[in-house]
Amino acid sequence: MFEKWFPNVDIADLNTAIYETFYMTILSLIGTFIIGIILGLLLYLTSRGKLWENKFVYGIVAAVVNIFRAIPFIILILLLFPFTDFIVGTIRGPEAALPALIIGSAPFYARLVEIALKEVDNGVVEAAKAMGAKNSTIMFKVLLKESMPALVSGLTVTAIALIGSTAVAGVIGAGGLGDFAYFYGFQRRQFDVVFICTLLIVIVVFVFQFIGDLISNKLDKR
Amino acid sequence: MITIKNLSKIYRTKKQNITAVDELNLTIESGEIFGVIGYSGAGKSTFVRLLNRLEEPTAGEIIINGKDIVKQRKNELRLARQEIGMIFQHFNLLWSRTVHQNIAFPLEIAGVPKKERKAKVDRLIELVGLQGRENAYPSQLSGGQKQRVGIARALANDPKVLLCDEATSALDPETTDSILDLLVDINKRLGLTIVLITHEMNVIRKICHRVAVMDTGKVVEQGNATHVFQNPQQDITKRFVRQLDGSEQYASLSATVVKEGTGTIVKLSFSGENVNQTIVSQTAKQFDVDINILQGNVLQTQTGAVGNLFLQLVGSESEVEKALDFIRGANVKAEVQELV
Repeated sequence: MFEKWFPNVDIADLNTAIYETFYMTILSLIGTFIIGIILGLLLYLTSRGKLWENKFVYGIVAAVVNIFRAIPFIILILLLFPFTDFIVGTIRGPEAALPALIIGSAPFYARLVEIALKEVDNGVVEAAKAMGAKNSTIMFKVLLKESMPALVSGLTVTAIALIGSTAVAGVIGAGGLGDFAYFYGFQRRQFDVVFICTLLIVIVVFVFQFIGDLISNKLDKR
Repeated sequence: MITIKNLSKIYRTKKQNITAVDELNLTIESGEIFGVIGYSGAGKSTFVRLLNRLEEPTAGEIIINGKDIVKQRKNELRLARQEIGMIFQHFNLLWSRTVHQNIAFPLEIAGVPKKERKAKVDRLIELVGLQGRENAYPSQLSGGQKQRVGIARALANDPKVLLCDEATSALDPETTDSILDLLVDINKRLGLTIVLITHEMNVIRKICHRVAVMDTGKVVEQGNATHVFQNPQQDITKRFVRQLDGSEQYASLSATVVKEGTGTIVKLSFSGENVNQTIVSQTAKQFDVDINILQGNVLQTQTGAVGNLFLQLVGSESEVEKALDFIRGANVKAEVQELV
C-alpha cells in the first residue's frame, strides 16, 4: 500500500529525517526556552516601575532582541556560519543548525515571555513584597509561576515556528524533513517525497500544538 | 505601637509635584483598631502603603515596635515586613496556588519548615472559617472567602500589626459585615493592632476604636470613634457622619413634610448612657409643646452608641425655648435645624 502511493520514499531515510527534525526542534526549543526566559525576565524586570528598573540595561536587551528578530532566518544562518563553525566544528548536519535556530527564536520567545510576565497582576507582586519576599522568590514563585500557562502557550507557538525553521535550515544541509523534501523530492522530481514530508511536518505541528494546549490548560487555574 | 512623625510623600513628575501625604503625625496604640477615612485622592491609600514601605516615604519617621521603618536597609525591611500583615481591596491571591498553598506562602518566605507550615496553615484555616476549602483555587471562591484567605495569609507569621487597604470595598454589604466581624474577633483574640483605611463611614462605625479623617494628605480630625460621630468638627467629617446619622434622610423629608412656620425642627444627639432616657415623653408632659418625631436612629460603634433624633416642636416660642433648655439640661445635644 505504502509503496504503491509513495514509490520513491526510502523508509530508512525517512526515519532518519524525522529523527533529525525532532532532534533539531527539541534541542533548539530547550535552548530557546532557557535564553528566552532569561531575556524575557530581563526585559520585564528592567522596565519602568519593576524590581530592577534600569533604562540602560532595558535599552540594550531590547535592541539586541529587536535586531535578531529583524534578520530573516535564512540570512541569519549564513551570517552565523563562522560562529557555528567555531562552536560546533562544522556547518553541516543537525548540530550545526542549532546555534542559528536558538539565536533566531530566543528573541521571539523573549518577547512572548515579557508579555506573559506583564499579565501578572502587579497587586500579587506587591502582596509578596509586603510579606517580605526576596526578589528571587518573587521571580520564581510569583512571576514565573503565575505566568506559567502563558509561558507554555508561548513556547508552543515558538516550537511550531521552530519546526518551520528546521525545514529552512534543511535546505542548506542541516538534515531533517526539509532537507529530505528538497534534495530527494524537489531536486529529483519525486513529488511523493515532498508530499510525505509535508504530511509528516503537519502531523508534528499538530502534535506539538496538542501537547502545548494540554499542558497550558492543565496549569491554568484561573 | 506605631508613631508617625512628619511623614510626607511627594510624587515628582516633570510637570508638577503632587503631595499625596503631607507632614502627617499620628500615634496608634497597641491593640486598637484604628480607622483612616477619606474620599478618594485624600492620600489614605498612599499612607497605608507607606507604613510597610510599599511606597518610599519622601520624609519623616515611621516607628513600629520601637524601630524606624524608614531607616531600615533592604534586608532589615524584609524581615520587618514579615511582622506586618497586609490585606488588599482586590485580595491579591496567587491564582496558581490552592487556599492552603496561598496561606503557606508567607511561611515559605519566612523559612518555616514544612511540617510546622502545615499545622500552622490548618490552624489559620480554622480561624478564618474556611474548613473544607483548603484545596480550592482562588477562582473557585467567592469574594468574601477570598478575603478570608487574604486575612489568614496576612496572619501567618504572627504579625503585630495588620494593615487593611480598603479591604471591604470590593465586597457586598453582607459580606463586608462578616469580614468586619472576623477582624474584630481577631483583634480581640490575638490582641492585634489593626490599621484600616476606607471611604465607608459604616466600616469605621462598626469596628474602629479611633478614627482619623484625611483630606488632601493631612489628618484634619482624629479621636475616639464615638466622639467623632457625636461631635464632628470639620466639614468633611460632618459630611461623612451625615451618611449615617439620618441627616440625609431628614433633608429629603423636611422639604416635603414640614411646612414653614409649623414649629421648630431640632436634632437631638445622644451618646452612651443617655440613649436610654425617656427625654421626649418627659418634655411633652412638662411643657406646653407638641412633639412630632420625624426621623431617628441609633448607631452602635465599637466604643459606645450614638443616637440621633429629629423632632418637630410645635408651641409658643417661650415654651419651645424652655423645652430645649430642659433637654440640654439632661446632657443631650440639641441643635435647631434650618428648614432646607
